[in-house]
Amino acid sequence: MISLNELMPALPEIVLACMGMILLMLGVFRGDGSTRSVSWIAVLVLIVVGVVLSSVQNGRMTAFGGQFVVDDFAHFMKWLIIIGSSFAILMSINFNERESIARFEYPVLILFATLGMFMMVSANDLISLYIGLELQSLSLYVVAAFRRDSLKSSEAGLKYFVLGALSSGMLLYGCSLVYGFAGTTSFEGLATLFKSLGGTGPSVGLVVGLVFLIAGLAFKVSAVPFHMWTPDVYEGAPTPVTAFFAVAPKIAAIALFIRVLVGPFGVLIADWQQVIVLISIASMVLGALAAIWQDNIKRLLAYSSIGNIGYALIGLATGTEAGIRGILVYMTIYLAMNVGTFCCVLAMRRTGRMVENIADLAGLARNQPLMALALAILMFSMAGIPPLAGFFGKLYIFLAAIEAGLYTLAIIGVLASVVGAFYYLRIIKIMYFDEPAEVFDRSMGREVRAILVGTTLFVTFFIVRPDIIVEGAGTAARMLLAG
Amino acid sequence: MSDFPVLSLVTFLPLVGAIAILIIPNRDEALAARNARWTALWTSLFTFFLSLVLYTGFDRKSAAFQFVEKSTWIESFGINYHMGVDGISVLFVLLSTLLTPICVLASWDAIKTRVKEYMIAFLVLETLMVGMFCALDFVLFYIFFEGVLIPMFLIIGVWGGQRRVYAAFKFFLYTLTGSVLMLLAILAIYLQAGTTDVPTLLKYTLPANIQTWLWLAFFASFAVKVPMWPVHTWLPDAHVEAPTAGSVILAGVLLKMGAYGFLRFSVPMLPIASDFFTPLVFGLSIVAVIYTSLVALVQLDMKKLIAYSSVAHMGFVTLGIFTFNQQGVTGAIYQMLSHGIVSAALFLCVGVIYDRMHTREIDRYGGLVERMPKYAFFFMVFMLASVGLPGTSGFVGEILVLVGLFQVSTWVATLAATGVILGAAYMLWLYRRVVFGKLTKDELKSILDMNGREIAVFMPLLILTIYMGVYPAPFLEIIEVSVANLVDQHKTAMTAIEALSVAGQ
Repeated sequence: MISLNELMPALPEIVLACMGMILLMLGVFRGDGSTRSVSWIAVLVLIVVGVVLSSVQNGRMTAFGGQFVVDDFAHFMKWLIIIGSSFAILMSINFNERESIARFEYPVLILFATLGMFMMVSANDLISLYIGLELQSLSLYVVAAFRRDSLKSSEAGLKYFVLGALSSGMLLYGCSLVYGFAGTTSFEGLATLFKSLGGTGPSVGLVVGLVFLIAGLAFKVSAVPFHMWTPDVYEGAPTPVTAFFAVAPKIAAIALFIRVLVGPFGVLIADWQQVIVLISIASMVLGALAAIWQDNIKRLLAYSSIGNIGYALIGLATGTEAGIRGILVYMTIYLAMNVGTFCCVLAMRRTGRMVENIADLAGLARNQPLMALALAILMFSMAGIPPLAGFFGKLYIFLAAIEAGLYTLAIIGVLASVVGAFYYLRIIKIMYFDEPAEVFDRSMGREVRAILVGTTLFVTFFIVRPDIIVEGAGTAARMLLAG
Repeated sequence: MSDFPVLSLVTFLPLVGAIAILIIPNRDEALAARNARWTALWTSLFTFFLSLVLYTGFDRKSAAFQFVEKSTWIESFGINYHMGVDGISVLFVLLSTLLTPICVLASWDAIKTRVKEYMIAFLVLETLMVGMFCALDFVLFYIFFEGVLIPMFLIIGVWGGQRRVYAAFKFFLYTLTGSVLMLLAILAIYLQAGTTDVPTLLKYTLPANIQTWLWLAFFASFAVKVPMWPVHTWLPDAHVEAPTAGSVILAGVLLKMGAYGFLRFSVPMLPIASDFFTPLVFGLSIVAVIYTSLVALVQLDMKKLIAYSSVAHMGFVTLGIFTFNQQGVTGAIYQMLSHGIVSAALFLCVGVIYDRMHTREIDRYGGLVERMPKYAFFFMVFMLASVGLPGTSGFVGEILVLVGLFQVSTWVATLAATGVILGAAYMLWLYRRVVFGKLTKDELKSILDMNGREIAVFMPLLILTIYMGVYPAPFLEIIEVSVANLVDQHKTAMTAIEALSVAGQ
């Protein structure tokens, strides 16, 4: 019999699960008319979960027989996920009503996806890892196809589902190989086993299993060569859903990636480092080059996120504390920049219809100078130009890379960032240098405007006190490696 | 006095002005534009007068950093907000604060669209430029150094000429490519030395084997900024397309950032590599001096001609820096200051007639002296200063660099001296074609001479050009001690290496 005390570390998840089900019932009984209230309650639930998260957190704790772990690392990542998810709900409220797809399932599904992500971040066993991942993925497949009478959206959902199922299969296959050769699924068990190997190295079966695991995880973070679904899904899904995809699941998947590779497989760094270096380079280069030819802003942002994941993977390739700290800082800034940018995409609307071409931004600096300014700041930040936040994200990543002696990777990384700067600049060019196109509708929506202002301010003033984030990330990274 | 944060004030005051302009409500566009102009002018003038404190309060006998401010900023990285100036940087701060109000005045009528944004861009640019010269922390320096790209990109791209988009992108991507490599070098130094604090690093000796790589990474960044041949090609494009004031800042301050980087970081921190690569720098600089002078001779566009002349003059600067002797380095700094004023003035001269005729083609002008005697006078002084006529600021810098060079290599000095002759050739020829001759072209017959505002723009530059040429002592006095310190440090480092290699044998 599990005592209540043992459940304490999982309290935020339990709250989230119960509230999700209550909201589901509320929605079912009250009908679609309750969407707005369900959405707001969902945001409230996320805030409450955040509060609970902060209050139960106390060092490293495990639950469910070691299947579930809570530490500073999980804490940090969960906070990012909460922010990402609540923004996704807030951004959707007005949008879904205008597009007449306002259904109460949306916030509920986001809550369940968040629950899945929490599980991923806290996974301490291959089984709990898989459960978390699937709970998240299944919710995401549905929201991708949320505008179900649109061909593109349904296509996005289906594509995501088929490819996602494939990657889950690979991941499971990897898990079973690892289990078969190691005899345990627990991360701690694996870690002890690998440490005891000493100089002999792991068996081939284990390495193959590890590679399959990496392939499955690389799909979830949309790293090259498992990125093919990203542009299509980004383009097809409703914009708030795309915004959600761009941040929270990426953060959760990166967290999982770190937990698996640096945790149990940390000793085997010689075996996986080259793989991560390779997919990191491929992601950065493809992300930078492919985005140049995009006309659709959502597709462009898809490639941009592929590139960004490439940079985060540099930090993972180092396998050091500095590297993980770099990833955490990077993902925090990435969250702010992406959410802000998607707010601008949401505001691209003419006479009630969404427009998604980059050319539609032409001359925005004259029609809506403040929105243009915000988007320009976000774009310069994405390009990594100081004094904006994006620069610091890259700074800490490259610091870790140089420290770990990955010079070639760092040089390729900075050069790819120059190529990447080109397409971010192109957006600024279109807004500032080109002749104005038609004006966008003024009604951005209060929530979207507030989020845009908030994220832009964060990106601009990050420079004043970067330590607030960096130190939290540092503690989280230290704890992960110690645990 | 020591508690008064002069440097921070000078650095961030323009930013305050920029924010003020941003929040001025702009219901009426003409009124908003007028407010923006006046706010920018007063802010930049006030900043300039405040920066004079640096000139009067500067201790000329000390090579140490002065007006130092230090407070913790990013503890996890050991980065401090550390500001301070020495004899090498203080005059560049003054140059930046002097040129900004001049730019604002020069754009008074020339810029008619989006005045508000324009003035904000210039004030932000001033903050970044001044901050860059004052920063005493490597990462802080880098932030200012690269941040400059943002306002300059917008200035060229929004208010530029026909091919402004191409020029803006070229400018941005060229400089960014160099800078990111320097960023990696900065991180490598941090991991080696455990700090990014410049005064500490100046005393730190980095291992010889990594100096080479770090030097090359710095070189990638600074050589593009200077710009040195063959990575100078962004400059003519940027200059031609930028609005007049943009060219002024580009030539006046931005080009100095690369050379300043060499002086502040490459030479003192990496003495062995600097010595090793001197032939490379000499070779590229000589090519720059001679080749770009020849290129300047055949230009049809006035701005392009002056842009190429800038590359040639900056070649002199890099030659001077890598002589590692008192005259050469002092000359290089003096040449930079002089070039900052003179080339800025020359671009303004082009701007004056461009505003009237909207063309920069040399062939469209001729005989301007008949209608514009005042203009001809100002243009002549600056043209001669650019040539390096004794009595103008250009002469002092060039002669010092040549004296320094002769001590190192007669051949290099001889080749550099031919550059002076070529410089005279293209500048005098430009002047002859534009100002002298008969006024035959119909559209020039009604051209008006300079107005009061334009004279006000040129007057301070004219006075400085002559004053710096006739009586350079007050400026040399500021530069000397810091340069002596730099040269000594380099000598010590080199003798230490020689002693090591002798011991090794």
